Amino acid sequence: MMRGLIALAMLLSALALPGAAQEEIVADLSQRQVPITADFDGSELILYGAVKRETPISITEPLSVIITVAGPSKPVTVRRKEKVAGIWINTDSVEIDSAPSFYAIATSRPLNQILSDTEDLRYKISIPRAIRSVGAPQHVLDSHEFTNALMRIKAANGSYQARPSTIAFFDQTLFKTAVTLPANLTEGTYKVTLYLTRDRQVITSYTTNLAVQKVGLERFLYRLAHDQPLVYGLLSLFIAIVAGWGASAIFRYFKG
Amino acid sequence: MVKGSFAVRYRVLMQIYLPIAEVSVNAFLLLGLGGIVGMLSGMFGVGGGFLMTPLLFFIGIPPAVAVATEANQIVASSFSGVLAHLKRKTVDLRMGTVLLIGGLIGAALGVQLFNFLKSLGQVDLLVKLCYVVFLGIIGALMFVESLNAIRRSRKPGAVPVRKKHNWIHNLPFKMKFRTSGLYISVIPPMVVGVLVGILAAIMGVGGGFIMVPAMIYLLGMPTKVVVGTSLFQIIFVTAFTTLLHATTNFTVDMPLAVLLLVGGVIGAQFGAMIGTRLKAEQLRILLAMMVLAVCLKLALDLLIMPSELYTIGPAGHG
Repeated sequence: MMRGLIALAMLLSALALPGAAQEEIVADLSQRQVPITADFDGSELILYGAVKRETPISITEPLSVIITVAGPSKPVTVRRKEKVAGIWINTDSVEIDSAPSFYAIATSRPLNQILSDTEDLRYKISIPRAIRSVGAPQHVLDSHEFTNALMRIKAANGSYQARPSTIAFFDQTLFKTAVTLPANLTEGTYKVTLYLTRDRQVITSYTTNLAVQKVGLERFLYRLAHDQPLVYGLLSLFIAIVAGWGASAIFRYFKG
Repeated sequence: MVKGSFAVRYRVLMQIYLPIAEVSVNAFLLLGLGGIVGMLSGMFGVGGGFLMTPLLFFIGIPPAVAVATEANQIVASSFSGVLAHLKRKTVDLRMGTVLLIGGLIGAALGVQLFNFLKSLGQVDLLVKLCYVVFLGIIGALMFVESLNAIRRSRKPGAVPVRKKHNWIHNLPFKMKFRTSGLYISVIPPMVVGVLVGILAAIMGVGGGFIMVPAMIYLLGMPTKVVVGTSLFQIIFVTAFTTLLHATTNFTVDMPLAVLLLVGGVIGAQFGAMIGTRLKAEQLRILLAMMVLAVCLKLALDLLIMPSELYTIGPAGHG
């Protein structure tokens, strides 16, 4: 029964999209972990891979590759300033249900040529689709302005990157691209997803994780500050007093 | 936004990722800022918190982190000062304790207010407005006062008379402050303490610039115990503020505090040396001009239409 269904599915797909079912992604990243050390100043991530297939390359409909790197998603509040009594203050705000802390999308060709809107909606690939915003307060009529502002600010500081046509794709088989991770990267498990599309439809995808983590002293201090805030506070005071006193003691020693 | 062109050019030298502020800044920029502010505080004998915190805003440290971290730094930079004053017996411990009780109450209120406005998304505005108002008032007063002092020094003879008895002396709950030679109500020092505590929590300053004039002109304390007593109060109030920010907001950045501090202590030594070579009135007028410049920059930020009207914050309850 099961085998019959699979055979039927294969037959149908073979008729509809020749060769589609057999194409798979084999890929890897230049690094699986991005350590945030005390001197962390951004990093470059190289993604590369190949299309594994058992049938000859389809000439009629070329393949395309889309790669996304998404940081952990969190709800955020976007606030807008307005002039009140002569000064600019925050007035309206919209809570966006979920926005990735980092998002990069690289493609082998312009996105609208290789992905249909319905597929984008389904897989949440493009930057606007990766952000989820459902409810806005009733008095805010232009909530899309807030989402646009979020994308604009995040793009300006390198957190959202749209990189169309930056994937080098050789002979419909080998592909490679690089994504710059900025210095303001936050911790978390980043999701790297690779999509193969043909005829603006996603035919297969591959997902892997990238761990971005503070290490060493950075990690120790961050964890301590959040897990044992009182101990951290006392330690900060103690270290600051010792450092301040020590520095002036050294100075006195050299002077007299 | 975080790095100026200066920092970008020298980023290879030493970029440091601050674990709490979650931004990467140049370590030498921080040491340098600490050094410059330390030098000024050594020259003028002020804490420097009211200059450092706005400078931290300008280099892109989130205001909440700047305020909390600066409180931590003030504790340390005041520590050796308090020790020196205790040795010289120029601290009125009784008055200091009354001011301190008020200060602790004020700091607790201030942190509550800070957190409440943070949830409304108005904390940046509050901090900056406080700075504009206080820097403006203090800067203008100092400017006028030192101009007058310069004029007076040219015409000798006219010495200002300090009013010894005022309405302060008619309030209840009187207490004897032997070191200061005063017998006054505890209400005024308590109120001064509360106000300074609130400012410490909101602005990340020690509050010496408010407390010292209040002690001299309002409470009528002798000048020689004023600095030591205010430092005594400041050290405990800022320590308490640091702990409150650390436990409720998680915004104290230890590496940031240490870098600023090391630069600050070294700068203060040089500042003290330069300070002895300049006349007091000249020093004060320089300080007044600097305070007014920082005030003006902050005021313009509030008055001129920002290039980006939108800001992103963590989802709050507001």
